[in-house]
Amino acid sequence: MIRTLFVEPVAILALAGVVLVGVPWLLYEDHPPEPGLTPYTPEQATGRATYVDLGCAYCHSQQPRDPSYAPDAERGWGRASTAGDYVYDSPHQLGTMRTGPDLFNIGARQPSVDWHLVHLFQPRAVVSWSIMPSYPFLFEVKDAAGPDDRVVTVPAPWGPATGVVVARPEALALAAYLAGLDHTYPARDLPLRSKAEPAAVGGAP
Amino acid sequence: MDRSFAILFAASFLIEIAALVMLIRAVARDQFGGLAAARMIFHPREFGVSEDPARPAAEDHALPDDLDYQTELAHRAVADQSSKWPVLAFLVSAVFWLNLGSIFGLLTALKFNLPDFLASDAALTFGRLRPVHLNLVAYGWLSMAGVAVSLWLIPRLVRHPLVGGAWAVAGAIFWNVGVTAGFLALLGGWTEGIEWLEFPWQIDSLLVVGGALAGIPLILTIRASGARHLYVSVWYIIAAFLWFPFLFLVANAPGVHFGVEQAAANWWFAHNVLGLWFTPISLAAAYYLIPKIIGRPIHSYGLSLLGFWGLALFYSHVGIHHLIGGPVPTWLVTVSTVSSMMMFVPVIAVAVNHHFTMRGHFGVLRDSPTLKFIVAGAMAYTLTSGQGSLQALRTVNQTTHFTHFTVAHAHFGAYGFASLILFGASYFLLPRLLGREWPRPAWINVHFWLSMVGILLYFVGLSIGGWLQGRAMLDGSVPFEQSVTVTLPYLWSRTVAGTIMTIAHLVYAVHVAWMVFGRAPAAALRANLSEVA
Repeated sequence: MIRTLFVEPVAILALAGVVLVGVPWLLYEDHPPEPGLTPYTPEQATGRATYVDLGCAYCHSQQPRDPSYAPDAERGWGRASTAGDYVYDSPHQLGTMRTGPDLFNIGARQPSVDWHLVHLFQPRAVVSWSIMPSYPFLFEVKDAAGPDDRVVTVPAPWGPATGVVVARPEALALAAYLAGLDHTYPARDLPLRSKAEPAAVGGAP
Repeated sequence: MDRSFAILFAASFLIEIAALVMLIRAVARDQFGGLAAARMIFHPREFGVSEDPARPAAEDHALPDDLDYQTELAHRAVADQSSKWPVLAFLVSAVFWLNLGSIFGLLTALKFNLPDFLASDAALTFGRLRPVHLNLVAYGWLSMAGVAVSLWLIPRLVRHPLVGGAWAVAGAIFWNVGVTAGFLALLGGWTEGIEWLEFPWQIDSLLVVGGALAGIPLILTIRASGARHLYVSVWYIIAAFLWFPFLFLVANAPGVHFGVEQAAANWWFAHNVLGLWFTPISLAAAYYLIPKIIGRPIHSYGLSLLGFWGLALFYSHVGIHHLIGGPVPTWLVTVSTVSSMMMFVPVIAVAVNHHFTMRGHFGVLRDSPTLKFIVAGAMAYTLTSGQGSLQALRTVNQTTHFTHFTVAHAHFGAYGFASLILFGASYFLLPRLLGREWPRPAWINVHFWLSMVGILLYFVGLSIGGWLQGRAMLDGSVPFEQSVTVTLPYLWSRTVAGTIMTIAHLVYAVHVAWMVFGRAPAAALRANLSEVA
């Protein structure tokens, strides 16, 4: 009886691990990237690390839904994502929350690095109803901009009383990552579900 | 690829069938003890007698004249003394982390109301405070309090003093160093970046060592006791101490996981931490304390068996319902959805068992501070588990996923169920360990009601807000803005609820500190027993 208690629970969990983690591991081990996917540039990779350590994923998902499931495409968030879209992503940032919108294709919706910089400095300067935190520590306020400085034009009343707002390298990298988030290329792995099946909202797949 | 995964699938199916056959054989041979095992936590004199050391001393009775019973109580006192230092090390740390974690939770909640509050420093941005809150309450509070309760229960349940308690004290030191390091790492932006797994793996290794050290005395004690029949609480504790390290090692292994497979590993782990670590330890405490406090054996030992093995079989498979609609294969999600629905079996088994044990004894709730916590926690277990199963249905998940509804559910489980039971257990065990009365028994009720009001306001408010958010998001003709603005009043109600809960924890912490470090009046060594009418 006691031996059973030490062996069986672990065996059961191990089997669950094989099914839920082991099989996906085998399935995707050599999974090729989507043909349209390009690896991150060094600046984008740096920006992604900032995205991770500032915890952006706690409010933003990166996994648009199929139209049969949610109106993500209608909102301009893009087609349903596939496993091949994520091969360069580590750690994964799929997210479980949409306090803010899905960002998997934010670069296609909002390709302007300048917009992202203003939005990071003070989200409410460009989106009045936003409850996103501001990230002033990614910027500095200088009396005058230097020759290599990226000046961020913040609309009143959100800018500083005097001086100019200048983006730090972290802000530039993060904005480059966001502006580069574009998975709108056609997907090889779609559709995930068989065409023969009805695509009713809420229907079983 | 398809063939190898078909083979794996078939193999795991066959092994599970074999496991089931072994299990049925064990049950058929009555290897689990039956009625005798259900009664083993009592001395015959204790049937019909209510015990709660947290009750005010006025109700205390005289020491029994029955020599046999005196011996039993002395054995129990020895068991309690043997686990005193390890339990105190884990419990006092847990209460500290609970309070720190609550403050960070409150700050996180305020950030939704005042997005420019504390915005000037990266260490205090929302995306860092949130994982700090989660990791402090999950690994600081729930895990350490769970270990404390386990270390206290095992010697009592196997009738043998704790063997090698010093290992566990060392484990508490490692674990605390790990949680402290993780706390600082997350504030500084050093994170794995994966929900529930944020602590960097280097720091995780401290938790692995700490957890292993805490497990050693449990195994040594069970072996030394030579017990042949183990009470149901012991099964849950043994399993939890085997499951958690397994999960933790697989999910945190550096360099193994990638892309969507990492997401699968992530949610397999994160959901199992709740179901196979916090849940079994909390249920172990409930299975011991409910019968103990009302003085009546558990209603059906067979049902506890079903509840335990059902949890093991089904819960281990539910994690991927967090990825419903996501970029993972549909069959993978379906396995988890089906298992989630199957969870109704063990949950109903536990609920029926606890309810029928309590039936006719709800009057004890009036004067037993501990039982209030435990019964409220057990009820929350049923409700939150049923809710969780329903949320795994695609139609429900479509609305609730990506919303505050999930956050409300998570708190109802981790707080309404697990934390309330751990609170109750700590109120029961500390007077026994320290031989002292609680300095202010009335504060226990204050703590209870603040916690209850707090979690109910939290849960109800945020569930409504989350549901409205989900409905707004699902309607393509409604601008996204509305899914944000509709939640605003509910995000405030959450902050108010969080404040109430934080005050409750402060009351708890002051009381525990006074109890442990103060010089409260010594209680009679024996139990605080009273006849149940």
